[in-house]
Amino acid sequence: MSGRGRRITDEEINELISKLQSMLPESRRRNAGRVSASKLLKETCSYIKSLHREVDGLSDRLAGLMDTMDSNSPQAEIVRGLLRS
Amino acid sequence: MVALRFLRALSLVRCSGPGARSPSYRARGIRRAAYACMAASAGPRRAWSRALLRKIRRRPGRGLRRPRAVIRRRRPVGGGDPLEVALRRLVPGGGCMEYCRLLEEAADYVKCLAMQVRLMQTIVDSASHVNSID
Repeated sequence: MSGRGRRITDEEINELISKLQSMLPESRRRNAGRVSASKLLKETCSYIKSLHREVDGLSDRLAGLMDTMDSNSPQAEIVRGLLRS
Repeated sequence: MVALRFLRALSLVRCSGPGARSPSYRARGIRRAAYACMAASAGPRRAWSRALLRKIRRRPGRGLRRPRAVIRRRRPVGGGDPLEVALRRLVPGGGCMEYCRLLEEAADYVKCLAMQVRLMQTIVDSASHVNSID
């Protein structure tokens, strides 16, 4: 699995770098050509951190919304149905 | 599939004591459910999903822990490049893998994280919309 005996070709690395680049929002927007590996790593790191922050923020919001669902309003019933289905 | 899994997990978080738990406790439960569902949906084929599930299941105070062989842990790859080191820390399980594998895992992890964020945003938007109906 670790492939210690196998040399990774430059082509394979380039392919992986392109694949990673295509996942990043900025690279897609600018329709950028190849960026340097260090720029790519930097963008990837900051994108992952921002996604983690978004998950945290959305978890807080969902927790807040679920608090309102503890009431017996018709809206709460709809949302409960949404979660049950 | 990740959507259904996450919705079911959310309903379980709600049932575990609506009045007794603080919102921040519930938010932590939701966050944990988000990462667990994301990793479970990715399946065991990915190192990041396996590492994430191990980490979540290893929470302290979850009951008796069986003694595990320590040998399994591989030595983390020493990196000269601080950016590579940073990426290894951000991608679950990224510490011990080859650089090539790290890039592959990072791409898949980013893709799944972005999907999870979109899913949670959709749920928040739907629930907020419902709550604002008069």
